[in-house]
Amino acid sequence: MLQRLIDRRMGFFLGALFVAVVLIPLGNLVIAGQPVPSYVVALLAKYLCYALLAVALDLVWGYCGILSLGHGAFFALGGYAMGMHLMREIGDRGVYANPDLPDFMVFLNWQELPWFWYGFDSFIFACLMVLLVPGLLAFVFGWFAFRSRVTGVYLSIITQAMTYALMLAFFRNEMGFGGNNGLTDFKDVLGFNLQSDATRSGLFVLAALALTAGLLISKFITTSKLGKVLIAIRDAESRTRFTGYRVEGYKLFVFVVSAMMAGVAGAIYTPIVGIINPGEFSPANSIEIVIWVALGGRGTLVGAAIGAIIVALAKTLLTGWFPEFWLFALGAMFILVTIYLPTGVLGKFEQIVKRKPKPATKEVTA
Amino acid sequence: MSSQLYLSGVNRSFDGFKAINNLSLIIEKGELHAVIGPNGAGKTTMMDIITGKTRPDSGEVFWNNDIDLTKVDEAGSARLGIGRKFQKPTVFETLTVEDNIALALKADRGVFATLFDRRSADQQAEIDRLLELVRLSADRDRMAADLSHGQKQWLEIGMLLAQDPELLLVDEPAAGMTDAETMRTAELLREIAGERSVVVVEHDMEFVKALNCKVTVLHQGSVLAEGSLEHVSANPEVVEVYLGR
Amino acid sequence: MRKFLLTILFLLAALPLRAQSFEELLLQLPEGSYSDRAAVAAAIAATGDDRAAGVLEVLAEGNLHILKSDGSIVEIRDVNGDDIAFSALDGTEVGEIGRGDTDKIKVNNGLRRDLRALLGSMSLLNADPNKRAEAAQAVFKDGDPGQIELLDSAIAAETEAWVADLMQEARAVAVLNSDMDTEAKLAAVKVLADRGDQDAKGVLSQFANDEALALPIATALSQIERTQQLWQVGQNVWYGLSLGSVLLLAAIGLAITFGVMGVINMAHGELVMLGAYSTFFVQELIRNNAAWLFDYSLLIAAPVAFLVAGSVGIGIERGIVRHLYGRPLETLLATWGVSLILQQTVRSIFGPNNREVGNPEWMSGAFELGGLTITYGRMWILIFALVVFAGLMLLLKKTAMGLQMRAVTQNREMAANMGIRTGRVDALTFGLGAGIAGLAGVALSQIDNVSPNLGQSYIVDSFMVVVFGGAGNLWGALAGAFSLGVANKFLEPFTGAVLGKILVLVFIILFIQKRPRGLFALKGRAVEA
Ligand SMILES: Nc1ncnc2c1ncn2[C@@H]1O[C@H](COP(=O)(O)OP(=O)(O)O)[C@@H](O)[C@H]1O
Ligand SMILES: [Mg+2]
Repeated sequence: MLQRLIDRRMGFFLGALFVAVVLIPLGNLVIAGQPVPSYVVALLAKYLCYALLAVALDLVWGYCGILSLGHGAFFALGGYAMGMHLMREIGDRGVYANPDLPDFMVFLNWQELPWFWYGFDSFIFACLMVLLVPGLLAFVFGWFAFRSRVTGVYLSIITQAMTYALMLAFFRNEMGFGGNNGLTDFKDVLGFNLQSDATRSGLFVLAALALTAGLLISKFITTSKLGKVLIAIRDAESRTRFTGYRVEGYKLFVFVVSAMMAGVAGAIYTPIVGIINPGEFSPANSIEIVIWVALGGRGTLVGAAIGAIIVALAKTLLTGWFPEFWLFALGAMFILVTIYLPTGVLGKFEQIVKRKPKPATKEVTA
Repeated sequence: MSSQLYLSGVNRSFDGFKAINNLSLIIEKGELHAVIGPNGAGKTTMMDIITGKTRPDSGEVFWNNDIDLTKVDEAGSARLGIGRKFQKPTVFETLTVEDNIALALKADRGVFATLFDRRSADQQAEIDRLLELVRLSADRDRMAADLSHGQKQWLEIGMLLAQDPELLLVDEPAAGMTDAETMRTAELLREIAGERSVVVVEHDMEFVKALNCKVTVLHQGSVLAEGSLEHVSANPEVVEVYLGR
Repeated sequence: MRKFLLTILFLLAALPLRAQSFEELLLQLPEGSYSDRAAVAAAIAATGDDRAAGVLEVLAEGNLHILKSDGSIVEIRDVNGDDIAFSALDGTEVGEIGRGDTDKIKVNNGLRRDLRALLGSMSLLNADPNKRAEAAQAVFKDGDPGQIELLDSAIAAETEAWVADLMQEARAVAVLNSDMDTEAKLAAVKVLADRGDQDAKGVLSQFANDEALALPIATALSQIERTQQLWQVGQNVWYGLSLGSVLLLAAIGLAITFGVMGVINMAHGELVMLGAYSTFFVQELIRNNAAWLFDYSLLIAAPVAFLVAGSVGIGIERGIVRHLYGRPLETLLATWGVSLILQQTVRSIFGPNNREVGNPEWMSGAFELGGLTITYGRMWILIFALVVFAGLMLLLKKTAMGLQMRAVTQNREMAANMGIRTGRVDALTFGLGAGIAGLAGVALSQIDNVSPNLGQSYIVDSFMVVVFGGAGNLWGALAGAFSLGVANKFLEPFTGAVLGKILVLVFIILFIQKRPRGLFALKGRAVEA
């Protein structure tokens, strides 16, 4: 089993991740002089959340050919579910010191907590919602869409409409999710202060664990017979039907699993960055996820994670150095990757390595 | 009485154009049956109706005397035991030849059963047997995309057999094959028939002759003539609409 | 005839005064009591002189003075903080004056009211029907019963039916305010009920407590409300059509490229934005070099925008889309990349802020059509959208290029075999779609902020139009755009703009499940491939 899940790619990646999980908290918390500054820990943790989100998208796009332009919505919903719990944890330490209502509700003159906020006091309940809400949305949406055989660009466009509609909805104050500003000013999670270095490192490790779990679950799915059915659907949907597989059921399954994975990524992301707002639902965000996957290499899982980290890193660096330049770079990336790198950097890299087999590579794989 | 497939008075039109017009046809169990007819006669549409891809406007389609095929979808018809080969060979291009066969193998098609499926020794043996049958044993680890056109046709036939169907619908299998391949395919289909029912749609007269079976001539969506090849070839109407050209 | 009537009328009022010239009468204004002054004013009005109304207006405002030095009558106007005198006779500037140089010709409230009435009646009989209509509206607002007789004679002399209606309505208000008998008032209620707008409603509700009139007024009010609701529906339809025309413009280009090439052009919104910036650029050039051309700026901008966006479109097709043929999802991603680059380019050149694009004279203002308020800008955009649509239809139906495009839409391979250069058709199609996006930008520059984000705000909506209408079908785009526009505007009053929009999106998401290929889907097997 382990062999099936951890192939060469996966082994390399998880190995590197493990090294990071050991070294980075060490450098931040233990070694004198803090060679790894706290903001870097938060930044890296954020990248890992993106990586998990990319893996989720790769599962549906890379393997099943469903190009979702709305995966940001599942991510944001997971983020909001966790954000609601963090809001409840603030208790009476908000600006208005109201023990029953979050600040923004006091500000809007609301008298009581809306029903959909019930239960979020409990961390367990919130975690459940992190999975259930994106999963349910994916289920309902997918059930309608797949059953009526909406495919290709049509599907992409309506997933985009879905996240756009959610964005408009979450911008409204009346929705009860903090409107424009979203949810923020979190204090702590399970009693750990979100500002402390230890919590930051903890979240980093958590994000790494979630990414590992996401990768392994996805690997399990894609290497199973079901994974082959997904590829079959991607290659020849109608042949798959005539072979006796109810395609909609399979699509629904990966779509829901993928949405839940995206939700988990969002849930870890929120305490790391300390805010979740409706901007996360914007269609542009969701399309950006696609380029992570495309750049890394679709249908490789590990590649998607690597792609997310590369792009996020490039974004951090470029927006710091030449803010004007970032959109040019991102735009060019979309164009060049789709035309010249259909297999992504991972595919290209492996192709190059294969062509000139050096003894060194053999040693590493051993 | 024990018909495999029973079509009666089936109609289907597209935007006012009658593609299938009061079509009636009976396929006996184990029978090998060829359907010929000019382009646009409605042969493919007939198969679409049998396999649940297209719903008829009116008429009856029954499977094994009692199952109403008009209420069944594509996957459902496959699960009942109808295997279909497309006009254009369609295989799963980015899967290996072996995986293509494995996916088609008769098994529980449920999502979770598939997720936790492990291939048994019996299944592996069946896969090996089928690969041997369609002469693709040597290519088992190649991507299906890399096969030649004729090999893809055979892989598709292999996949059909893997489904262990009671009825095979084969749409223009000889298209794009060399003469030798064509003859071998006809032979294979004859072998298959008996145990299973086989309906072959074909243009190639040599091929139909090689099949040596009952022939139905379709024209403008309905049956023009039925019988042995010599019998229908002698029919002046058939000669006019089809053979004469 | 009218002038004659006017003279008779005012002669009666100014009976004690001999018929005198305007100049003579003007000099008499300062003399005597307020009531004498009223008589002189009436006589001035009766002269029918063109200058009469102006002078009386100035008098009513208290700006008419007598110049001490020569006794002439002047108007004092404040010009940049200085008091400047202008001759009341011919309007020539007399010069700056100090405090003691003039005596003001005094007016009290009674006189001011008389003057207003005089002015009102003069305009009721003005030669210009628009002026008469305005005057009737003024009386309607005033409701002065003293005007009834005057209105009667004005109505008798009126030649334009619509002005006569206005006068009748003004008269009805005056009658209601007067102490005339119930019968006359009932007739007045009926007149106002027929007018059926907010103003009529306001007037009628003032008299709802009058016992004799209570019942008919209540009936009239509910009748008016019904009429108003109808007009409201009409107004919503208009807003919807107006929104629809914008959506149509934004979506047609998309529908063409999607239909012919199966390509989703995510940079479409940015091509719209380029059109808007072209308009801005053309207007800047005109402002700086040939300001007199400003009213034609949009006519000049339209071809420029078409060419700019169109050539960028051809560039995109030749440079990128061509390489991704048959990979629609990849094309979608690559064109998204183009959209980011175009956005950032424009942001770098023109800055991130909104740019000011002016509305030419003929695009500004509004007019009333029954109970509808229609702005010229929106009306022209609707017309423009329909013209572009019709032009495109003609192009597709009547030209060789159109025939080739349709052939490629229906069966690319066969078209290629028949010798159609599909590559050229693709490039031109893409260019055409892009050019139309540019035209949309010209229209949008008139009603929306011209900023680098302009395109983004329309992209989802125009996709919805295409998806809803059915790709590759222009009629579908037309139906899709207008039905989505109208649906949006009908939902808005109940749900607010944002929720309305969300509901429409949800509706489309559900709709596409039922009809995965849209309202006007292309039919046949070709689409299943
Ligand atoms: N989905 C469809 N939409 C519209 N027309 C169709 C569709 N399917 C088949 N037809 C029409 O029905 C007729 C019969 O087609 P088909 O069954 O493919 O003929 P054959 O296979 O005998 O050559 C053709 O004219 C074809 O255009
Ligand atoms: Mg056929």
